Amino acid sequence: MNSFHPSNSTVAIQTENVCRHYKMGETLIRAVDSISLEVRAGEFVALLGTSGSGKSSLLNLIAGLDRPTSGTVVVQGQNLATLSREELAKYRLRAVGMVFQSFNLIPSMTLLENVELPMRFAEVDRDKRGALAEEALRRVGLIARLRHRPTELSGGEQQRASLARALINQPQVLLADEPTGNLDSHTGTEIMNFIREFNEAMGMTVVMVTHERALAEHYARRMICLADGKLVGDATNSAATFQETRGTTL
Amino acid sequence: MKLYDSAELALRNLRESFLRNSLTTVGISVGVASLVAMLSLGIGLQQMAARRLQKSGLFDTVVVTSRRDFRGFNREQERNGPSPDESPALDDIALQKMQRIPNVAEAYPDIRLITELRYEGKQHLTMVAGLPFSAKNNDAFDGMQGSFFSSEMAQEVILQKPFAEELLGRTPKTGEDDVKVAELGPPLLGKELTMRYAERTPSVEGASSPKTSDVSAGAAYSVVSREQKLKIVGISDLDPDSMRGQARARVFLPLKLAQSLHLMQTSNLRETSDAVSGVPTYSNVSVRVSSPKYVQQAEDAIKKMGFNTFSIIDATRNLRQFFAVLDLFLGIFGSLALAVASIGIVNTLVMAILERRREIGIMKALGASDSDVKGLFFAEAGAMGILGGILGVALGWIIGHAINFGTNIYLKRQQFPPENIWSVPWWLVAGAIAFSIIVSLLSGLYPASRAARLDPVQALRYE
Repeated sequence: MNSFHPSNSTVAIQTENVCRHYKMGETLIRAVDSISLEVRAGEFVALLGTSGSGKSSLLNLIAGLDRPTSGTVVVQGQNLATLSREELAKYRLRAVGMVFQSFNLIPSMTLLENVELPMRFAEVDRDKRGALAEEALRRVGLIARLRHRPTELSGGEQQRASLARALINQPQVLLADEPTGNLDSHTGTEIMNFIREFNEAMGMTVVMVTHERALAEHYARRMICLADGKLVGDATNSAATFQETRGTTL
Repeated sequence: MKLYDSAELALRNLRESFLRNSLTTVGISVGVASLVAMLSLGIGLQQMAARRLQKSGLFDTVVVTSRRDFRGFNREQERNGPSPDESPALDDIALQKMQRIPNVAEAYPDIRLITELRYEGKQHLTMVAGLPFSAKNNDAFDGMQGSFFSSEMAQEVILQKPFAEELLGRTPKTGEDDVKVAELGPPLLGKELTMRYAERTPSVEGASSPKTSDVSAGAAYSVVSREQKLKIVGISDLDPDSMRGQARARVFLPLKLAQSLHLMQTSNLRETSDAVSGVPTYSNVSVRVSSPKYVQQAEDAIKKMGFNTFSIIDATRNLRQFFAVLDLFLGIFGSLALAVASIGIVNTLVMAILERRREIGIMKALGASDSDVKGLFFAEAGAMGILGGILGVALGWIIGHAINFGTNIYLKRQQFPPENIWSVPWWLVAGAIAFSIIVSLLSGLYPASRAARLDPVQALRYE
């Protein structure tokens, strides 16, 4: 059993009145509208909401993929709004790992090359890269698939490879955007168990976007609900099943 | 991202769209090939002209005259040099001094005179000149009928084509077809000419021989009428003496032989009237340097000795200028194809951005910086440039070879000697590849910055 207690730890993510507004013709879309929240290091947070509630937009702001229209986003002590494009790229490379609903593996590369890719950007030595990528793929049970291309793999395998890639540069924050959205329930459980393992064993902060309340309740310690870009609920999930219940199907 | 990682990823991406990228690369190589072919032709022609001119002996020769005889070839020389009275005599002592100037290959007097030549009982008055043995390699004797003098003292002559025509009575009238030099050889080669000349002999005061006729009482020499039999060994079509203008000789005999005959020349008449001394002087002297680059240096040294000099080195400057302009035009025409190919690169890379929009988004989400993405597209453009450049140089080399080969077949049919009109120096190979890379990188500039500017959120949404 893990002895990690997020309540005692420092703040990993903090947003202060963060807004992300788009203009579509004459209409102003308030994708994220003045959200303030704090996520402590080591927390497993689910961002819940219906389609268009702003959960993915908020995740993109935390990931440094997008910039807020106003407000601040501070992750690991860095105010993302003040970072330059190059600094934001470095932040994405080192501080956060991302997992997507559609896996987003590069189809022309083998699994090994896909996992190696962030290390290329981090300028990790060629000799070390191969071994590290192999080890990461071994951890997610894909050692036999190193030379396979993503199209030759099942959805679950692709998402596992995507997880291995997200964690290869050892970030402190894992951001998952509907990680089980394209998977069947059994495979989804498999993926969620990996994410939970990383959260509990490595103390990694996890922010997961999902529209499945059951999934959030099952795995996340805290659920933040969004609607129309606004924060409408923030609750600690005492019902979340932890290490002992690993392997439970959704 | 490290350079080799960019290069590796770029090559992988190029392989992924093999056909399209290959066609773009072929486009670049055709552009480079046309550039190489054009410039190699320009360089080849320039080298051919330089070779020809150098062989003509005009560009490595300085003509020296005494200021006593001529006002000089330009006003600057006239103003800065010693006055005619102070100018030294152009005699054997001056000749020896000139020979000692660094990089001077030889210095020889110009011996030429109008004299009478008898052939088959007929008399012909013409200009005869001594020709140094070093002129054997002169371009004018390429394709000559017969041969050059057998030795420096051989009693032989080489005729210019017009004089050979005159001897045979075949001078073409206006509107008539030119007589081919090959037709003049058989009836004349090996035949004998008799040259009547005036020999200049040092006179002993008071003595006189029956054959001697004193021209002037004040002169330190006498003039004797002599005859010399000379064998016709060659008939030349081109004129090695073209620089002399009106004083061009139509008959040449070995210079050493001419010197040994002590031919009386026009300049000697002036000496007799001036009654200077018994030492023979020359109206002009030719100084040949080992390379055209030493002409200026030799000219300066000779001017310091108090003589007038003339060389046509300035003409080479004009020639270089002409070929620089020619090369520029050929280069511009050659580059047009490369310019078209560069549009192909832009097109290919812009297409690649569209196709790989999502991939760029993924890379950015994983931490790729703008410069990483830009570097990747630059590397792709550069790789196409390198490959296209190398292929293009090879293709240009083949085209140049083919043009040269075809030209030589044509020249052979026209009974001209073969010529190398094409040259690919190493700097052209390196320059063409470098130019191809630069053009490719410039072409990649817009697509690369466009890819780098992509919004990752938008790119990730792209299907």
